Amino acid sequence: MSWVIEGETGAWELVCGLEIHAQVISKAKLFSGASTEFGAEPNTRVSPVDAGMPGMLPVLNMFCVEQAVRTGLGLRARINLFSVFERKNYFYPDLPNGYQISQYAHPIVGRGSVTIELSDGTTKEIGITRLHLEMDAGKSIHDRLPDATLIDLNRSGVALMEIVTEPDIRAPEEAVAFMRKLRAILRYLGTCDGNMEEGSLRCDANVSVRRVGSAELGTRTEIKNVNSMRFIARAIEYEARRQVEILESGGVVEQETRLFDDRRGVTRSMRTKEEAHDYRYFPDPDLLPLELDPAFVERIRASLPELPDEKKARFVREYGLSAYDAGVLVAEREVADWFEAAARGRDAKKVANWIITELFGALNRAGLDIGRCPIRPQQLGRLLDLVEEGKLSGRLAKDVFAVMFETGRDPDAIVEERGLVQVTDAAALEPIVERVVAENPRQVETYRKNPKVIGWFVGQVMKATRGKANPQLVQELLRKHLERA
Amino acid sequence: MALDRETVARIARLARIAVPEEELDGLTGELARILEWIDQLQEVDTEEVEPMRRVMDITPHLRADEVTDGDCREAILKNAPKRFDGYFVVPKVVE
Repeated sequence: MSWVIEGETGAWELVCGLEIHAQVISKAKLFSGASTEFGAEPNTRVSPVDAGMPGMLPVLNMFCVEQAVRTGLGLRARINLFSVFERKNYFYPDLPNGYQISQYAHPIVGRGSVTIELSDGTTKEIGITRLHLEMDAGKSIHDRLPDATLIDLNRSGVALMEIVTEPDIRAPEEAVAFMRKLRAILRYLGTCDGNMEEGSLRCDANVSVRRVGSAELGTRTEIKNVNSMRFIARAIEYEARRQVEILESGGVVEQETRLFDDRRGVTRSMRTKEEAHDYRYFPDPDLLPLELDPAFVERIRASLPELPDEKKARFVREYGLSAYDAGVLVAEREVADWFEAAARGRDAKKVANWIITELFGALNRAGLDIGRCPIRPQQLGRLLDLVEEGKLSGRLAKDVFAVMFETGRDPDAIVEERGLVQVTDAAALEPIVERVVAENPRQVETYRKNPKVIGWFVGQVMKATRGKANPQLVQELLRKHLERA
Repeated sequence: MALDRETVARIARLARIAVPEEELDGLTGELARILEWIDQLQEVDTEEVEPMRRVMDITPHLRADEVTDGDCREAILKNAPKRFDGYFVVPKVVE
């Protein structure tokens, strides 16, 4: 897939890599026993370790390590059995120690890759450079008081995975596809909830441009605060175009950190390289190097769930779904499970169609996710059985579906109560067909010249029976009567 | 290793230590001597020597994923020079 910016002096190519911070799902923090609960009263989920009190020692939460390894395996990455926690030194009021404990020279996870699917149906590999564990900082609130900043340390010390990609991204769409895929993988693994609004998944983008065909890398800028799927593509595209404009007018791109302003849709300078931080990393003397037993890694590998790519391939193979439908269904594990529960022993393609068009539509309109869907998978399956058995027409099935979504009741009960059972009895339909034909002599004339007009007659009969007639049967009866008329 | 006044001033700034102008020359000399000494240590051939990462051969103490701490806001905020509504109050850090 090729995406270029047509400048005045030629075509330019985007070169982009992402840095993602994913909050680890754990009960307690990375180095303390305080809770990671989101939205608690300020400073109530803080231990003396998280507040940087003198003499406090960090103690590593082994479950967070397990989560990082699990994520690394899900990213098809190399697990480093030896890794080191280091101090990244900088001063900011929401960082009580004056340093963040992170990993630098020896991260816990090395190279891996993620396969993304693009809108033209092609796939692409995006390389993972590394994943490392680090602690989060606290939260600064700048807008409550006019002349002071408020600090809440609840988030201080919560475990983060920083995931860095190779500069393999060549189009804004690829960045979005990557983030969606990464989010799905993390959610399948249960290592991060992927909630961008609450900040448990955050994305920074490194963006540069170069002439199409050039092998050299241009000067890059880092865009911070790209915190929704919607803004990722916009921020990257804006920044790439800004750089092309600068280069074409003879200027130079400054290596700097820029902030994406989602209200105005632009990026603006935060700090240039001269003011850039010098973090003076060094191994944290409070923490020993982390050495993992290969058996520990293998235990985690054996417990990995089926991941989106594998599930998608299986859906195509076992259920005969199109790659597109399978991709839509596996994006969320809960949806995939829902589909499988409904599809068991049925025409899976039809089930998939109903979920993707009817169910997603209804959920969207109601603002619900699959977890709070009023219809159970078995109920949708039963509805499709009724259509299959010829008891319900496709049109009526949609009406019944709407009632099911509204009330959560079984389709059989709704059909019976509302008398919606399809009329498949020729004797019952015959008089109606006869009447429709008799009442419309001019249409009968037209039919003689153009047999396709039978469709109009079918419509009339369906209308007269309020959709309850079996359309195939109606067509048969009509043909018989029209020939006679 | 050469060390100049600018580097020393920068290190001081990064460490948030206010060094008066007149002390910079003295400090530069002192730090340069320390670095010289390090350079001297670098002369030792350590090619075959594993870096020492711990004093004793122990495995790190690890924590299970259980909530055992926190919920002690009063103690945490006790030393704060200023507080408001359960938050620490610090000088405004953005424009």
